[in-house]
Amino acid sequence: MATEILMPALSPTMEEGTLAKWLVKEGDTVSSGDLLAEIETDKATMEFEAVDDGTIGKLLVDAGTQNVKVNTPIALLLAEGESAETLPQAPEPAQAGDADAKAVPAGDPAKSAPPSSKPAPPSPKSAPPSPKSAPVPDWPEGTMLRQQTVREALRDAMAEEMRADDSVFLMGEEVAEYQGAYKISQGLLDEFGSKRVIDTPITEHGFAGVAVGAAFGGLRPIVEFMTFNFAMQAIDQIINSAAKTLYMSGGQMGAPMVFRGPNGAAARVAAQHSQDYAAWYMQIPGLKVAMPYSASDAKGLLKSAIRDPNPVIFLENEILYGRSFDVPELDDFTVPFGKARIWQQGDDVTIVSFGIGMKYALEAAEKLAGDGISAEVIDLRTLRPMDTATIVDSVMKTNRCVTVEEGWPQGSVGNYISSVLMQEAFDYLDAPVINCTGKDVPMPYAANLEKHALVTTDEVIAAVKQVTYR
Amino acid sequence: MVTRKSTRKPNVSAEELTTFYREMLLIRRFEEKAGQLYGMGLIGGFCHLYIGQEAVVVGLESVTEEGDKRITSYRDHGHMLACGMSPDGVMAELTGREGGYSKGKGGSMHMFSREKHFYGGHGIVGAQVPIGAGLAFADKYRENGRVTFTYFGDGASNQGQVYETFNMAALWQLPVVFVIENNQYAMGTAQQRSTSTPDLYTRGAAFGIPGEIVDGMNVVSVRDAGAKAIAHCRAGKGPYILEVKTYRYRGHSMSDPAKYRTREEVQKMREERDPIEQVRSMLLTGKHASEEDLKAIDKEIKSVINAAADFAKDSPEPSLDELWTDIYADAVPQNEVA
Repeated sequence: MATEILMPALSPTMEEGTLAKWLVKEGDTVSSGDLLAEIETDKATMEFEAVDDGTIGKLLVDAGTQNVKVNTPIALLLAEGESAETLPQAPEPAQAGDADAKAVPAGDPAKSAPPSSKPAPPSPKSAPPSPKSAPVPDWPEGTMLRQQTVREALRDAMAEEMRADDSVFLMGEEVAEYQGAYKISQGLLDEFGSKRVIDTPITEHGFAGVAVGAAFGGLRPIVEFMTFNFAMQAIDQIINSAAKTLYMSGGQMGAPMVFRGPNGAAARVAAQHSQDYAAWYMQIPGLKVAMPYSASDAKGLLKSAIRDPNPVIFLENEILYGRSFDVPELDDFTVPFGKARIWQQGDDVTIVSFGIGMKYALEAAEKLAGDGISAEVIDLRTLRPMDTATIVDSVMKTNRCVTVEEGWPQGSVGNYISSVLMQEAFDYLDAPVINCTGKDVPMPYAANLEKHALVTTDEVIAAVKQVTYR
Repeated sequence: MVTRKSTRKPNVSAEELTTFYREMLLIRRFEEKAGQLYGMGLIGGFCHLYIGQEAVVVGLESVTEEGDKRITSYRDHGHMLACGMSPDGVMAELTGREGGYSKGKGGSMHMFSREKHFYGGHGIVGAQVPIGAGLAFADKYRENGRVTFTYFGDGASNQGQVYETFNMAALWQLPVVFVIENNQYAMGTAQQRSTSTPDLYTRGAAFGIPGEIVDGMNVVSVRDAGAKAIAHCRAGKGPYILEVKTYRYRGHSMSDPAKYRTREEVQKMREERDPIEQVRSMLLTGKHASEEDLKAIDKEIKSVINAAADFAKDSPEPSLDELWTDIYADAVPQNEVA
């Protein structure tokens, strides 16, 4: 009986990948540990090894095929005595990927960056609905747009700012030679050299402090934390040294710098690697905090962050890195801090979110539209400064508000928004504000528990129905 | 890699000795006045006096050049005076007044001077160490030949971030002199009770950082060691460690009764090793100065300190608007590059 070789999951968040290259051909004999193929994930190109001994009976997926779902059979392995002729009807290669995914050559397989000109179509299930309207556009009408992943947008933002200002440099673990643990700094070492793209030892507290000193000394550091979970080792330097020095020095010196990296839950990495720090950093005077959802905001806000004369906490999300959005083709596209984006206008309820919370907010809004509930969806984009005026204006129209975030409930971002609404729009509220948050538990590992611990689209829908009394 | 201080033969001019005397005395009188104002309730919070340790900063500052940087902990008044910051501005910060270096918003532990390249004044034990290396990182990036003196105590030398910093400073060959001011007590804990090995200058050996021990009560020894360390850094050879053995006469802070050591121990140090008395006797025995000359200096310092105290008392409290300023910058304060 032939064994199916399945498309492997090569990272915690990988759902699909590109079969870049076969390293074996039909008829080859392989042993456990032999290299079978090169597989491109959104983060890297990985070699994939045989687990069992046998002969390659049939390659089911052509080299270069994109969007091959994890667990799709990609080859058949024959045991001793079996031959390719005796194989039962092989699964159709067309089933390998999405129904609409065509086999597109991946180009140079040595390049592991996702091709920017041909963004992977997001799988229909997880794709956020596209915005119905963007009342205050971030770019002039008629601007050419192109689809770009959040990952590429972040890299482009850093590259553009590094070209413009030689005092900008990037430091962090694996940012240079490894090209970024999550491939955000792909290609930056080649362009800017090791003086400006600096691999650090694994020493968050220390290198955060060194970067603060470099900022005091006139440079503009970008510090990449492999994830913000590790920034807890460095939080004294972030808060006591970076955020407070301008004040403590009576305005004489401050820390113009960016601390950035993925924040919040990834997938199946459990309690110590899955925490949303939005509410933590949002509390600190002296810090600015950005938490983008879309690629255009990731790019425009990161460019603003690098230019900002203050320390900026830039909270990214691993699950969003591979998502594609429209990004304007402008020479110098920036998004200002403190200006929320209204993704869609609506009359019945205001849903406020930011970062990956927007995924749930937009999904809920789309489903609610089917039930005849018109939701206005606001993406805060920056939490400090926070554009509360846009929330208040919206609630004065809709009279109801639901907030959505992945962080914990006590002391959440939503709690703050609720208090602002009570003080500034109390008479306009027709229902208590509901904060949809992650559950009040450390992140569990088990897939079903993890799913339940996160905020869900259904919870957002239920909250909206509650505040609209439907 | 680790070298011990060899023979030291004072090689110092009368003029230099006089300067040392004047600068150390300025610090001592300043600190005595600060202690007095604290007792009068004019200075609040924590106030960590530098009395006894004056030779460390005065000796090291004597070998710096314009543009070199310095950063230290919360026991920082001496460092500020030694690098040329005004006694008026420092004292007015201690009293929390508008005329203080931080407009009254920093206090004793948090003062800065862009002009004098003094980068604080840090209240978290050891936090200034990576920041100091970062200043050196910026200088190396700019290739401007500057060196940073990063001061910390024997207590801070047990913080993990110090060793994280040693590693990076050595790895990247940063022009930073780590000055361990070993005054033998981390607050109330004697060094032998907190530190597994007695010689802190050897602690860079694991990272390939040379270090030496220095008599911190002798300003000329400190100067010589500083000159060697700074030359090492300026030559692009990376970091250097000076463990400067010193002693603080007062408590850790104003509220420390100092029950962890005997009065005799302090008294013996004052009588036999006092850094100012050593210079005073060198001046007198070498006939570089007369008692009268020194009295004139004492008098002059006293008037500077009294003027600083008056300024600090007369300067108004910051306006309430000041509460809301300097939280965010509109432009980078240090936009010019050193």
